Amino acid sequence: MLLGRSANGLFWMARYIERAENMARLVDTGLRLALTQTSASSDEWASVLTSAGVRDLFEEENDAFDTATVTNFLLRDTGNPSSVLSSIDTARMNARMVRTALTRETWESVNEAWMSMHRMLKRRVDEQDLPAVLDAVKRETALIRGAFQGTMLRNEIFDFAQIGTLIERADNTARILDVKYYVLLPSAAWVGSPLDNIQWQTILRSVSALRSYRWTHEGDFNPANIADYLILNRRMPRSLAFCYRGIQDSLDYLADEYGVRQSCNEMADAKVEKLKTAAVSDVFDEGLHEFLSDFIRDNAALGSQIATDFRFH
Amino acid sequence: MTLFDEMRLGGQARDPYEDYQSWFDRQDPKRLKQKADDAERVFRRTGITFAVYGEQEAAERLIPFDIVPRIISGKEWRRLVQGIEQRVQALNAFLEDIYHRQEILRAGRIPKEIISNNEAFLPEMIGVRPPGGVYTHITGVDIVRTGENDFFVLEDNARTPSGVSYMLENRETMMQLFPELFQQVKVLPVENYPQLLRESLRSVKPEHCDGKPTIAVLTPGSFNSAYFEHAFLADQMGVELVEGPDLRVVDGHVAMRTTQGYRRIDVLYRRIDDDYLDPLTFRPDSVLGVPGIMDVYRAGNITIANAPGTGISDDKAIYSYMPEIVEFYTGRKAILQNVPTWRCSEPDSLSYVLEHLDELVVKEVHGSGGYGMLVGPAASKKERAAFAKKLKARPKNYIAQPTLSLSTCPILTSKGLAPRHVDLRPFVLVSDRIRIVPGGLTRVALKKGSLVVNSSQGGGTKDTWVLDD
Repeated sequence: MLLGRSANGLFWMARYIERAENMARLVDTGLRLALTQTSASSDEWASVLTSAGVRDLFEEENDAFDTATVTNFLLRDTGNPSSVLSSIDTARMNARMVRTALTRETWESVNEAWMSMHRMLKRRVDEQDLPAVLDAVKRETALIRGAFQGTMLRNEIFDFAQIGTLIERADNTARILDVKYYVLLPSAAWVGSPLDNIQWQTILRSVSALRSYRWTHEGDFNPANIADYLILNRRMPRSLAFCYRGIQDSLDYLADEYGVRQSCNEMADAKVEKLKTAAVSDVFDEGLHEFLSDFIRDNAALGSQIATDFRFH
Repeated sequence: MTLFDEMRLGGQARDPYEDYQSWFDRQDPKRLKQKADDAERVFRRTGITFAVYGEQEAAERLIPFDIVPRIISGKEWRRLVQGIEQRVQALNAFLEDIYHRQEILRAGRIPKEIISNNEAFLPEMIGVRPPGGVYTHITGVDIVRTGENDFFVLEDNARTPSGVSYMLENRETMMQLFPELFQQVKVLPVENYPQLLRESLRSVKPEHCDGKPTIAVLTPGSFNSAYFEHAFLADQMGVELVEGPDLRVVDGHVAMRTTQGYRRIDVLYRRIDDDYLDPLTFRPDSVLGVPGIMDVYRAGNITIANAPGTGISDDKAIYSYMPEIVEFYTGRKAILQNVPTWRCSEPDSLSYVLEHLDELVVKEVHGSGGYGMLVGPAASKKERAAFAKKLKARPKNYIAQPTLSLSTCPILTSKGLAPRHVDLRPFVLVSDRIRIVPGGLTRVALKKGSLVVNSSQGGGTKDTWVLDD
């Protein structure tokens, strides 16, 4: 038996831990681009902000898309609800609310991550210290994931957190692809200029997939393979197909345990089926941008449906 | 006044501290300091913190923990237990009486006005019989010591006493830091408190409830200063930790919203004040409570622990009558002494208090947590003058007591052991019988000479040992 509020807390705890990590990765990517092609770096920072879904918020307070301002906004600004600091605050607040549902190891890993991120991000971070700080953020979230996966009983508590992680991750991957969809369009540059090559690698890097892509596609960077890898590859842990298989699994376990299948099960099943049967050419035929915006919308709708079906509020 | 130090008497360790002292003498001071730092890190990492009202930047703080235990002999403890049991029995009998026949008022043993003009008295509880007839399921009795055989009850906490999680975590920490010490000194265990609490709450389930009752802990939420304790107790008892918005009245019962719909709750260990319990009965703006829970309660369909309205028994105005109350209901003199108390509502007392402000402690009748009090001997002339003004403006609002020379127990400082004042809060469980874990929470004033031990005022805590002798 689990309180609806606790299920909600677990779901959002997991989402915000995932978000803190994704933010660090996005900043990492932006930083690398800023280093490699200084001329267009402000465009790159703008698209990083769009991927993070906080561009409007950023522009309310700031005019310049320079490295110092953007990284500070994404890492430390508590007025930005998705900054690393805000995310870990929200994650910990939720973890504290559900701490009786967490193993001691999981709770302590969240609490320690919170303490250490506050220590690291107390002051503006010098550009030269950024790589170390970003690494540390990713290490903290990896520790939480390790503690969680290694110690939590596979029950409803686990499932709600797992669903939160995967919905957030799917959203993140879809947004990164959508922001860059034009560099993946076959018509634009099928051959791949050096500039596109960098862009493609950037996309892969921002989902920690550059090396694993090489294993799978032997360094053959082309839009169809990249889209296939991040959307349809079922073995790639940040792809949409992977995320949805995990979401479906957890929702199936919940349906078995509670003895009832609900709307959220149907929604997840439909999405899994679509991602399973589609070929990447279908995605391009539908229009990559249309496909991704539909996905982002449906993904959010699934989140709300889960909240309704399981009485989060 | 000579101070009574619980560890050392005339240059020698007192009996209960003998084994500890000989262990201590063999320790390397540097290593002990290291252990003390370890303890703080453990508390931070595990998030054993509390919030201090009115301090924004330090939203979460640690209660300082001192690694020197406070030790009580088995014999001393057995005597305390007798006194505590007598006292909580009297408290419950008083509550039963005051919400029913009011014999004690009819007998003229305490004045009627003290009840009728008291906000802590809940007219809604008149004629209501709580399940099992128990009012104060959990009581914290604050005890101070001034000499070898002199124990006083400083106050009773019959509403929602807190601190028991620190008692448990302090022991856990001590056992981690000094396992060898626990092999050399036989200390009675306290770890089973959560199990005792669960048993105790189970045994006062509502009459209708067959089989195992569903128990839940009601917290105001994660921003509350004692949230850690609420979560800790729910966790240790293996029951749900709920908030007001999780609960609603369904078919005449209180139920919690789970992922599969509403589930009935039979026993609610609430950690919110009476005022917030039911917006339909008490404060209408409360979002912490459950609309309609008082109707369910009156119908006998839920146990609320502690019962609403227990505040009338631990009110500081009532406190001064405790010797009469104990005698009236138990037929015997109180085993534990009360601190002599002047009620400033009485003109003679008021003028005495005003003349002797420099030697008295003056407290607000309804205050708690060490806020709004005056410690006469420690206050400046100016502070006393300012307080006298407040006192004259609202005399009914205050009581005064002599400044007791509280016993001391050493703490570990950078310069070695140094005596500091302590008090003791044992936690008493009342249901089908009385259950008390040996010991309680020892609070210690960390500042030299200070008598204020409240954590909100910079006090710390110690592990409390009752010896198995």
